[in-house]
Amino acid sequence: MGKEITVEAMSDQYVDVLKELGNIGAGNAMTALAQMLNCKVDMKVPQVRLLEFRDVGALIGGEEQIMAGIYLAVEGDITGSIMFLLGKDSAKHLVAKLMGMDMGGDEFGEMEMSALMEIGNIITGAYLNSLATITNLKIFPSPPALCVDMAGAILSVPAIEFGTMGDKILLIQSQFMDEVELDGYFIMVPDIESYGKILSSLGMA
Amino acid sequence: MSEIIKVGMADLKVCKSPNGVTTLGLGSCVGIAIRDPASKVGGLAHIMLPDSTVIRNNSNIPKFADTGIEALVKQVVAAGANRGRLVAKIAGGAKMFAFSTNSEMMGVGDRNVEAVRRKLQQLKIPILASDTGKNYGRTVIFYPETGDFIIRSVGKSEYVI
Repeated sequence: MGKEITVEAMSDQYVDVLKELGNIGAGNAMTALAQMLNCKVDMKVPQVRLLEFRDVGALIGGEEQIMAGIYLAVEGDITGSIMFLLGKDSAKHLVAKLMGMDMGGDEFGEMEMSALMEIGNIITGAYLNSLATITNLKIFPSPPALCVDMAGAILSVPAIEFGTMGDKILLIQSQFMDEVELDGYFIMVPDIESYGKILSSLGMA
Repeated sequence: MSEIIKVGMADLKVCKSPNGVTTLGLGSCVGIAIRDPASKVGGLAHIMLPDSTVIRNNSNIPKFADTGIEALVKQVVAAGANRGRLVAKIAGGAKMFAFSTNSEMMGVGDRNVEAVRRKLQQLKIPILASDTGKNYGRTVIFYPETGDFIIRSVGKSEYVI
C-alpha cells in the first residue's frame, strides 16, 4: 500500500494516470450509449480537469443551469461514488431517442425519468467496468439515483465528498455527438484509500 | 445602483446596504446570512461540511460550519456591524438524491444544518427564519438593508423569508 495521498498533493504523474483512466472509461461509456441507441456516436477526446470548487459551476455553464445527475455509490475493492451529469436539453434528446418518441414539454415525466435512469445506469456501468478491468479490482455499483435540478445543487453532492479530502474536484468532461452535440460529465469520487488502491493496482504506488 | 456580490462554494462575503450577496444552486451545502439591522452591514457564507475538527485537511475556513460562521461574524463586525445585534437566516441542506446506501454522506445536508444551528446558538446569534432540508436546490439572495432572504428553486415560485 502506498503512502497516503490527498487530491491536492497528487503528483502530475498520478493525475495523468487518473486522466487516462477517465479517458478509457468515458470512451467505453460512449460505446455503450451508441449500442443502446443503435446509432453512431462520435466523441471528442474527454477533458479531465482538477478544479477549484468555485470554478466548477462556470465550466458546466453556470450553477443555475438545469441538469440531470445520475448518482451511484460504489462498493467492493474500492469505495466511493460516481456521477454522470447531462444538460437538460441533452437529457431530453437522449430520452426521446431511447423511447422512440418525444414526450414534449419542459418537465421530465415518470417515464422519462426512468428512461434517464437507465441511460445513466448503462453509461456509468460501462465506465466502471472498464475501470475494473484495467485495475483488476472488484467494483460494484449500487442502483442509481436520479435528480433533475440546478447544476450547483447536484454538484454539491460530489463536491462535499471531495471536500472531505481537499479543495478540488476531479471532473471528466466528455462531449459527444449523434445528430446534435451533447455535453456529459463524469465525476468519479473514490475515497482516499481507494485512490491508493487504484494507483497501486497499476504499479504506481 | 446596488450591486450583488457572488459567493462561491466554500466561500464567504461581507456586504453593506444597498448591496446584496448571493450564492447560486445550494444543494446539501448551507447558506448562512447574518446582518446587523441597525448598521445594515451583513454577509453570507456557503459552507459544505459540518465540522472542521474531524477533517485533517481543514485549512479552508469557509468550507466548514464551525470555522466558516466564526470567520463570517468576525468579518461582518470588522466591516462595522455590532456583534451583539447580529441576527441570522439560513437555507439549504437538501438531500438531493434519494439513496439508501452510503448513508453517512447522504445525510450530510441534515448534519450541515444541525451544525450551523449549533454554532449560531453557541455564538448567541438568533435564527430569525430558515428554509432547510427537502430534496431540491436553492439559489439565495440576501439584502442587509431589509434583511430579506430571497429563495429561488426550480419549478417553484420565488419567496422571501
